[in-house]
Amino acid sequence: MEYFAQQLVYGLTLGSVYGLIAIGYTMVYGIIGMINFAHGDVFMVGAFLSLIVYLVLVAIGITFVPIALLLVLVIAMMLTALYGWTVERIAYRPLRGSFRLAPLISAIGMSIFLQNYVQVAQGPYLKPLPPVVTGGFKFGAAEGFTVNVSNVQLIIVLTTIVLMAVFSLIVGKTNFGRAQRACEQDRKMAALLGVDVDRTISLTFVLGATLASVAGLMYLLYYGVVDFYIGFVAGVKAFTAAVLGGIGSLPGAMLGGLLIGLIEIFWGAYVSGAWKDVAAFSILIIVLIFMPNGLLGRPEVEKV
Amino acid sequence: MSAPLLSLRGVTAYYGAIAALKGVDVDVNAGEIVTLIGANGAGKSTLMMTIFGAPQARDGSIVYDGQDITRMPTHEIARLKIAQSPEGRRIFGRMSVLENLKMGAAVTGFAHYDEDLERMFAIFPRLKERANQRGGTLSGGEQQMLAIARALMSRPRLLLLDEPSLGLAPLVAKQIFSVVADLNREEGLTVFLVEQNAYHALKLAHRGYVMVNGKITLSGQGRELLERPEVRAAYLEGGR
Repeated sequence: MEYFAQQLVYGLTLGSVYGLIAIGYTMVYGIIGMINFAHGDVFMVGAFLSLIVYLVLVAIGITFVPIALLLVLVIAMMLTALYGWTVERIAYRPLRGSFRLAPLISAIGMSIFLQNYVQVAQGPYLKPLPPVVTGGFKFGAAEGFTVNVSNVQLIIVLTTIVLMAVFSLIVGKTNFGRAQRACEQDRKMAALLGVDVDRTISLTFVLGATLASVAGLMYLLYYGVVDFYIGFVAGVKAFTAAVLGGIGSLPGAMLGGLLIGLIEIFWGAYVSGAWKDVAAFSILIIVLIFMPNGLLGRPEVEKV
Repeated sequence: MSAPLLSLRGVTAYYGAIAALKGVDVDVNAGEIVTLIGANGAGKSTLMMTIFGAPQARDGSIVYDGQDITRMPTHEIARLKIAQSPEGRRIFGRMSVLENLKMGAAVTGFAHYDEDLERMFAIFPRLKERANQRGGTLSGGEQQMLAIARALMSRPRLLLLDEPSLGLAPLVAKQIFSVVADLNREEGLTVFLVEQNAYHALKLAHRGYVMVNGKITLSGQGRELLERPEVRAAYLEGGR
């Protein structure tokens, strides 16, 4: 029981990070029907930017942790959003209306470019961040078992919950969200109603990158190290999460992220650490065999 | 006489190498109902979309309300008080009826949203009953009503209506035509109507154009066109 609860904490933390990244995949897929393979690397860039911004803040004397973290969050979000916007602008928009595989190839190129660029600019080695947030809670000591929840884990899960709530509100209730969904369903009709489709697509990339940068900061705080390669691994996992939840579906991406995180941790805890990725992907395949649209995805065929 | 509200001169449009419009001249005056009739594939819907810049006209000019809109992006044209209920209705199937209507009102900045919503529900009471239902679950007639209401929510001066009777029961089609006539008579809404149902369209319209193979071959008063033997032979007898 104690062990189980502890693994649950790990799983939820990891799942939160995956979920935040997965939203970027699913939103971009929803609006332009393309897998943005560079999204994982945008997450990695977000983690690096968080680290750099934090070090700069410390260098100029802002060391009070809550203030520093808040500033890092905001600045890294803005800078990463700029990356997301730029990626769309130079790698995908010129290819709109081109054959279907063109932007996909371009995305892979962008992914490799971002990895190499960070590798050259920052070096190939792990970059450490000294523990910024320390301490935590112990639960259940009275009942005879203890579960540790660190403050970092708490911050990650709470931030994710808040962000996802805000985000659902933006997509569900605001004019931008409505325009965004309209573009997903029928871009031409959206334009006929005065929606600037290019701008809406740009903003979708910006939103996705913003969430990815938060995930990057969380990853940095949690693991304490980053390198240029973390985007690839996390990107593949988050993409898997988006597909598992049903690509194009926002609640699906959140659910998928959580599930992948939980599966990975529990498999590692109860079966074998070496096979945890195999477990995650096997479950993905099994789900897709029986539910080709993912857990919360919608069927392709609509009543007309 | 003042300049027409919408004026097309020598408009051509292409799909790849195929010419869909081969030099079209059309005028729509403020306050008129003008109809464009023609067989399937004549280029009627292409013309409607070309007015909105999707696809853009290759040659010729499109002037709306004194402004050249030939090279303007689609979403900017949509902000000029010109609205379209397109071919196939293009309802947002995964949005509620209300959200579809909000999409129409967005260009006005929701300045008269509540008032306009009440008006739409008065014109199409069915939409009120279905307000929270998803667009994709509506019947064809209801979707057509929604498409027109969505266009009207932007408070257009000019409404482009593409095949509003397509696939509808005759009674529903008749109801939609009578709504269009009322809006024109009572509110001075200018309407440019594309129809395959030539008989109804020409009876409703002040003027009409006949399109064959991407060209305008005939034009005149609605009633007058109805009497023309070539129109009767091609679009009315047996076709009704």
